[in-house]
Amino acid sequence: MKDLHLDIHYVTRLEGHGNIVVNVKDGKLEEYRWEVPEAPRFFEAMVRGRRYDEAPHITSRICGICSIGHTLAAVQGIEAAIGVRPSEQTLLLRKLALHGETLQSHILHVGYLVVPDLLGVNSVIPLASTHTEAVLLIVRLHRLANEMSDLVCGRTTHPINIGINGWTRLPTVKELQGLRQRLVDAIPDLKTLVSVVQTLQLPAFERETEYLALKHPDEYAFYEGDIASTDGDVTPVSQYKSKVKEFIIPYSTSKRARGNRHSLAVGALARFNNNYAQLSPLAQQVAAALGLKAVCCNPFMNNVAQVVESAHAVEDSIHLIDKLLSRGIKEEDRRVEVQAGSGVGGVEVPRGTLYHEYTVDDQGIITGCNLIIPTGQNHQNIEDDMAAYLPQLLDRPDEEIALKLQMLVRSYDPCISCSTH
Amino acid sequence: MKPKVAIFDFGCCEGCQLQIVNLEEDILGVLGLVDVVAWREAVTGASDDYDIALVEGSITMESEIPRLQAIRERAKVLVALGACAHLGGINCLKNYMDQKEVGRYVYGSKAKWFPSIQARPLSAVVPVDLAIPGCPVDRQELAEVIKAVALGKKPPIPNYAVCVECQRKENVCVFDKGMTCLGPVTRAGCDAICPTYGDGCIGCRGLLDDVNTQSHKQVLQDHGLTVEQMLANFRLFDGYFDVAKA
Repeated sequence: MKDLHLDIHYVTRLEGHGNIVVNVKDGKLEEYRWEVPEAPRFFEAMVRGRRYDEAPHITSRICGICSIGHTLAAVQGIEAAIGVRPSEQTLLLRKLALHGETLQSHILHVGYLVVPDLLGVNSVIPLASTHTEAVLLIVRLHRLANEMSDLVCGRTTHPINIGINGWTRLPTVKELQGLRQRLVDAIPDLKTLVSVVQTLQLPAFERETEYLALKHPDEYAFYEGDIASTDGDVTPVSQYKSKVKEFIIPYSTSKRARGNRHSLAVGALARFNNNYAQLSPLAQQVAAALGLKAVCCNPFMNNVAQVVESAHAVEDSIHLIDKLLSRGIKEEDRRVEVQAGSGVGGVEVPRGTLYHEYTVDDQGIITGCNLIIPTGQNHQNIEDDMAAYLPQLLDRPDEEIALKLQMLVRSYDPCISCSTH
Repeated sequence: MKPKVAIFDFGCCEGCQLQIVNLEEDILGVLGLVDVVAWREAVTGASDDYDIALVEGSITMESEIPRLQAIRERAKVLVALGACAHLGGINCLKNYMDQKEVGRYVYGSKAKWFPSIQARPLSAVVPVDLAIPGCPVDRQELAEVIKAVALGKKPPIPNYAVCVECQRKENVCVFDKGMTCLGPVTRAGCDAICPTYGDGCIGCRGLLDDVNTQSHKQVLQDHGLTVEQMLANFRLFDGYFDVAKA
């Protein structure tokens, strides 16, 4: 019977530091851990004592990849705490900003971090000479996403102009018209991306999982909604702690979370599983072309769900820009009267549902903060998947087992420094 | 022989190394000058043989100190990549709080499992040859600095204030809008991006060499900030340094 000892320290092509530890003796799985040794930065403690309008700028620094998402969750949480409801223009632009980030993050993950595994190389760098056309396609889509964020938010990493109750700089009509044209022009590239992804073979592995995502009656939820579970229950974001229950283990500086079961999953696949009927027409075609059907319990299909959502982000952005252009862009009065209170923001960022809760005093000073990060919610599910997947792999060579486990972790697109924050 | 480059990170958001990817096609120009031999976030497989180390993040755990020292011993040139590595950055906000209370606030009774030290820049632990400032670093400046270091030249980091770039962009002065700004004492090179997008400079690129911060502190107080508020502005990114202490 097989003996196996794996200590993969650190897993590569991930954001942040994570280790896989496995011990198999006589074919029996004796030990398995998904360890997170990332340095804690204590953002929830650090934000206390700062002014309410500094929360978006400070918490943006939790994550380099999803800083727009953190900024939006922070403005939402602060606005809920101080009793402000921003204008429709502000909300439309926030949704546009979120699509830019989702596209950037999904293309980065699928194109730069996952595809090398499926083509048997160690990074995207050798692919630049062997698969030049495909790499240039990825670069073009990635550039479009980043330039969209630069245009709307000032900067793709750590956005500048997303403020409480509005924008400190609005895009011009001309800029939005230009962006709209570039998004329309990108649709053929998206279709080519789909045909590239069609040629890739993902591992077949399924484990029944509770998937959580925000749900909204009018749209495929990204910016706001209630917390929906594939188990059937729905919870308002303000009650997030009763649905997403955090716990702490010694070998992970990131907290973990569970819902109805031993573990839960969030992210592109979780959103697809809860809200697939609300995807844009192009995204629905992409899902059909790539064989993604709800409810899908293969974690590797999260990569496919990211491609589906990339199509949705492009198509829905065109739709949002049309709405903005038909209304016209207007400077708005952003002044607020601060009242003491507590509030929760909940946003679907690339890796899943992000919660920011703040308490603010009557002087506008933050006195309390709690943050639940998507990857933190996925860590327990990753470990539970490892336990279910390993017995199916034991007849394979050790190197292949190690690769498949790393691919499993990567499929969740973990953002580890963010999860520890 | 192309110089060998390794990229590492400590406590941070990894947003600065993401700017390497965000160079898009231009990354190929950089890769033409160097060999990337270690980069956990993007490449599987790593070598300990390198000439230039780009290091992101600040030091916040005892266990990180020997890891950084080993990198220092191997690298001929150690470059601090971004505000966390260069200044300690936003992570130093916790240095102004009771460390035990900070741990308890986040981890409750389990805080003892996750020991942490006062956040600090790389230069507080090992000698640093060069810093690329910013939170995040500016993509073009990053590319120019890597190219300069690879060619053994002095990198073009400005030593004039953000105000110079802001005026060149013909922005309305942030102070004239009734807000405050660290632009007069902060190192340029970002093209005054925050004032251009309607916000004040928050000082992420660090202070100019030999700048009179006392007079700027007076300016901030003349604009109605209390001493605590004025210091809070400096603590956002420069909290490790004396300027934020009194």
